[in-house]
Amino acid sequence: MKERLFTSGRNMLDIDPVLHAWHWEIPAYLFLGGLAAGLVFFSSFYYLRGKEDKMPIAVKVAPFVAPIAIIIGLIFLLLDLKHKLYFWQLYTTIRLDSPMSWGAWTLGIVMPLSIIWPLLYLDDLKKYFWNKNIIIYEIIDWLEGLINDFDFTKSLLGWLKENQKVIAWANIILSVILGVYTGILLSAFNARPLWNTAILGPLFLTSGISTAAATIMWMTNDHYERIRFSRIDLWLIAVELFLITHMFMGLTAGTQASAEAASLFMGGPYTAVFWIGVVAMGLLLPATLEIMELIGFKIPIAIPAFLILVGGALFRFVMVDAGQLSRYFFQ
Amino acid sequence: MRYAMAMDTSLCVGCADCVVACQTENNVPEGYCRDWIVENVDGTYPLLDLEIRSERCNHCEDTPCVRTCPTGASHVIEGGIVKVTHEECIGCGACIESCPYDARYFHPDGYVDKCTFCDHRVAAGDTTACVSVCPTHALTFGDLHDSESEISKLLATRKYKVLAEEAGTKPQLYFLT
Ligand code: SF4
Ligand code: SF4
Repeated sequence: MKERLFTSGRNMLDIDPVLHAWHWEIPAYLFLGGLAAGLVFFSSFYYLRGKEDKMPIAVKVAPFVAPIAIIIGLIFLLLDLKHKLYFWQLYTTIRLDSPMSWGAWTLGIVMPLSIIWPLLYLDDLKKYFWNKNIIIYEIIDWLEGLINDFDFTKSLLGWLKENQKVIAWANIILSVILGVYTGILLSAFNARPLWNTAILGPLFLTSGISTAAATIMWMTNDHYERIRFSRIDLWLIAVELFLITHMFMGLTAGTQASAEAASLFMGGPYTAVFWIGVVAMGLLLPATLEIMELIGFKIPIAIPAFLILVGGALFRFVMVDAGQLSRYFFQ
Repeated sequence: MRYAMAMDTSLCVGCADCVVACQTENNVPEGYCRDWIVENVDGTYPLLDLEIRSERCNHCEDTPCVRTCPTGASHVIEGGIVKVTHEECIGCGACIESCPYDARYFHPDGYVDKCTFCDHRVAAGDTTACVSVCPTHALTFGDLHDSESEISKLLATRKYKVLAEEAGTKPQLYFLT
């Protein structure tokens, strides 16, 4: 048998550890993007289905988190750039081949749009924060006053309200693009065998929607809405588990490089954090708690919601980190 | 024109002259490099196989690094040479992640840097710095479309391999074995 006994690779201390080019910023950005995409999607979807009053939090309140998440996400993206002063070049071209490019564009377009939606529901937001957080309440109140002070802004808002259906449709399309993008970003990098799988896109999309569902579930105090989103979440978790299984089956059955990538999670350095942190704590445990809740146990909803959010974030951190360790050469 | 490089693994002694020549020629900052030496020992004792390679960007035919660059800073010039325009690079790292050969690095000034096949020398009719200094003549640079070029003749007569062909980038560094 031919065995590799010894390899001396490049040993440039300034390069080789740095080649781990992406740190915490990219997974955090992907997490926030997925969360925002899910929130925008749910709000527009239920709005278009005429469920505005049955799903009050999903349609009227939760979407205010989206622009905040997107702005923080964009800041993280900026932090990740090593040549920061040149970042504007992202917006001088559109390169459809480059997921970084169309993703930055999508975020740039979704951000202003996602600000419009909560503006249409300032009253409901005020009601929601009335006895929860007086500072946010005051800010919204001030904003509402500001809008009502000027005829122009007032009529603009009225016009937007009339055209809310159009906005909702645009939101749906853009949120799907955004959600898919957070998944495809990684799988566009064929050089990293762990990411080089078509399942990663749908997997991140599902996980993103699931974090959004968890957020809504956490925020709502409407029984019907909470049960609804608990159920949605359970379905999404099932889909995620199915996709994760498939991803590993695909990787282990693939080339040597992809099998090595899978082994990072099966005995390798990411085994514990992935199976315990992401799968057990982030998917199985919240699923169990939600099922218990659905059959009548009293579980504070914050616990499964929190676990899902942390699990979703951790999942992205692990995938981005481990992906950069997986490669075609094993030196 | 299609520039490529052949690297004779049976001649290379791993002296790293090519590495130093490149660093000097291209003002590569200390602690960084655009080309490097790899040594492999394969086999089972006592049947051992030693291979020493001088590696660099493969100036791939199918360039994932150019495809994933959001600004167009990474681009291909005449002869298939892959270059980075420093003023257009935002330092996002997408090209670094998409290169199976780890041929790119962040310059301390923030942009991405890599082997240029010494295009400034080549344009002046010269050859690359690494080729010009190699004491064993293990490196050959030239045009694959010219059947009379030294590299075309080498590839026509010698056995060769490329690295990580399965990554699908059609690399243009040929290792003569
Ligand atoms: S070796 Fe890497 S940097 Fe060079 S052309 Fe190929 S993919 Fe691009
Ligand atoms: S780091 Fe620079 S050259 Fe590389 S993909 Fe980003 S913008 Fe392009």
